[in-house]
Amino acid sequence: MSVALEILSWICIAAGGAFCVIGAFGLIRMPDFYTRVHAASITDTVGVGLLLLGMLLQAGLSLIAVKLVMIGLLFLFANPTATHALVKAALSRGLAPLLAPGEDSSKR
Amino acid sequence: MLQLTSLGIVLYVFWILLSGYFEPFLLAAGAGSALAVVLLSRRMHIVDREGHPIQMIAAVFWYWPWLLKEIAKSAWDVSRIILDPRLPISPVLVRFKPSQKSQVGLATHANSITLTPGTITVEASQNEFLVHGLTRSSGAGVIDSEMDRRISKVEGYR
Repeated sequence: MSVALEILSWICIAAGGAFCVIGAFGLIRMPDFYTRVHAASITDTVGVGLLLLGMLLQAGLSLIAVKLVMIGLLFLFANPTATHALVKAALSRGLAPLLAPGEDSSKR
Repeated sequence: MLQLTSLGIVLYVFWILLSGYFEPFLLAAGAGSALAVVLLSRRMHIVDREGHPIQMIAAVFWYWPWLLKEIAKSAWDVSRIILDPRLPISPVLVRFKPSQKSQVGLATHANSITLTPGTITVEASQNEFLVHGLTRSSGAGVIDSEMDRRISKVEGYR
């Protein structure tokens, strides 16, 4: 493996890790459930995406690379579905979202 | 028929790629499993334009790179909000009517909104989407958006 590819791969992995930490940081800083979910979505889109990209560069052209792509696709389809189910369940059970001043949650 | 054939091929390729073994017995077992799943899916009537939307495949390869670019952009924005000491959020709930005609188009739109950091689809129906936005501008950004237009094009009804 060439040095350039190695460096690029580690840049991706380090950046992915950094975005995961930012997501975790947001999870703690955000004030309520709904805004916390927004912070978590950083981790499971850019964080996971960059980590997988870095690992793809390490794997080269092989069956392992194909499996990494499949994991990525699974994330892109399953994550929003799970997030949506979670948030919809919270709202229908009556957990009121914290809204900005002047915003009315019952507004149509 | 076209959809059943396509489903069978996709399932068989999936089997081969996951297994990585090329012995006659395992190749035959994969073909048998793929065929069994196709027959069961046909019995359940889930293989149609909605369940296996092959009419969207060509268009979706134009849509996905654009969506990844949007995800990267808004992930950057949300990261900056998280790292900002003042935490400048202004959460909003917005309602709007999506322009898609089919269930698979609506699901694609709702999932794309949720995938983009800063916006989450809370409720999705033919007549109305309820979206939670992390800031006023991200909330306002989903109403009659470019994403909406692009997915209606991908959907293939017009």
